[in-house]
Amino acid sequence: MAAIVSLSEAISATVHDGDTLAMEGFTHLIPSAAAREVIRQRRRDLTLVRMTPDVIYDQMIGAGCARKLVFSWGGNPGVGSLHRFRDAVEHSWPRPLQIEEHSHAGMANRYVAGASGLPFAVLRGYNGTGLSDRAPSTRANIAEIVCPFTGERLAAVAALRPDVTVIHAQQADRAGNVQYWGITGVQKEAVLAAARSVVTVEEIVDKLEPRPGAVLLPAWAVGYVALAPGGAHPSYALGYSIRDNDFYVAWDAISRDRETFERWLNNHVYGGVAEA
Amino acid sequence: MNGYSADEIMTVTAARALRNGMTCFVGIDLPSAAANLARATHAPNLVLIYESGTIGAKPGSLPLSIGDAILAETADAVVSVPEIFNYWLQPGRIDVGFLGAAQIDKFANINTTVIGADYAEPKVRLPGAGGAPEIAACCREVIVIARQSRRKFVERVDFITSVGFGDGPGSREYLGLTGAGPQRVITDLGVLQPDPESCELVLTAVYPGVSSAEVGERTGWDLRVAADLREVAPPSQAELAVLRDLLATMPAGE
Repeated sequence: MAAIVSLSEAISATVHDGDTLAMEGFTHLIPSAAAREVIRQRRRDLTLVRMTPDVIYDQMIGAGCARKLVFSWGGNPGVGSLHRFRDAVEHSWPRPLQIEEHSHAGMANRYVAGASGLPFAVLRGYNGTGLSDRAPSTRANIAEIVCPFTGERLAAVAALRPDVTVIHAQQADRAGNVQYWGITGVQKEAVLAAARSVVTVEEIVDKLEPRPGAVLLPAWAVGYVALAPGGAHPSYALGYSIRDNDFYVAWDAISRDRETFERWLNNHVYGGVAEA
Repeated sequence: MNGYSADEIMTVTAARALRNGMTCFVGIDLPSAAANLARATHAPNLVLIYESGTIGAKPGSLPLSIGDAILAETADAVVSVPEIFNYWLQPGRIDVGFLGAAQIDKFANINTTVIGADYAEPKVRLPGAGGAPEIAACCREVIVIARQSRRKFVERVDFITSVGFGDGPGSREYLGLTGAGPQRVITDLGVLQPDPESCELVLTAVYPGVSSAEVGERTGWDLRVAADLREVAPPSQAELAVLRDLLATMPAGE
């Protein structure tokens, strides 16, 4: 059954140096407070997995938490580049960052395979791209296969099995059942693919009310639940907050050089200020 | 100078390529503006699909990201990320997909991964693939939107993120790519389209006041010009008014 604990307890119980850590949330319900907690606990040598390593992984990479990044689109959505990510790839600052990149469909299917207990998933894609023949770390996890029934040439992608997955949801009940709705992304698959999991929530309620299109994760499928109101900022939690578009724009300037980034880190993460 | 900007005529040209009732996989920025302009003018039943899983989104204002709440709140259905790619995009249910490009080559192959010949030591690290490879593979057709320059329109891309026509005729069939591939490349000077036989991008239309020589100068390969080169009609006052209203609603961004 899910244990309901503080955010700092949940992260220290699940995220260890050297782990493969997936933090998911596709433009909505991004677990930002949990990402800052990982930085605050100074975790190192993580393999970070995320389809869209946006602002939160830019922060974790810049803070030196990551050894490797597995991803499919690394940008500041609607704004431009991720400067800390680029600095790590182009100049090894603050440390070298290995990368393994896929397409969104490839990553999504890798999580599906992990959640399904299968070693790989199959999709139509990758054939003819540089991802399948020019990117060595990517190539290690994709392979061309021939359909045994039709002879079609398809792509197999290796299952993703993170040591720990962290997501943000709108609600949990007091037993630790979790519910989230709106854009639901790939979080269900990421949680079910992982050995351990943490769900931060906007609110803990007595009873979960059914919502159209909601995903429900039963308490026994979740490791830890931690209350983190506003924990998706600068993304949003439908019904609780709106996307802080200004922050995404502001991040471009904050992250552009190392000094302003480190000042932000000291003021807003290590200083313990509980906001973005 | 003309009463409209390059972005505006690009957006209007892209919007005109969309027909009522089509299903359209939309990216952010110009494609989103174009799709919403089409929906607000000649194509009210255009089905807008964003990779965040929102199917049939009807935003009253332009989103800054593909995951803005307005897309989820106005959609006919919101599905998970595995579902949007596996059930909706992959089987070829989507008529047209929009793609951008950091580099595009004469066979309409697209690079959004790295600039520089060495993948391990790139000159510029770009955001990467996102949904583009499967959009390029599986949408019935693709529209590329890119500003034209010799650095961007190159003989051969540094890295193929998304396949256009590969090495030329027969490549898509050989690779098992089910869609027809890029059928229009809309630039700030005009429109390039693949030659049906050679698959090479050819200049088929220019904007008012643009010469084919000028387009050739801003192309990194020896660009062929179609025998029946057309001139794109300038944006109408009505198109511009609707587009400007839409853009005025967009949250601040780049």
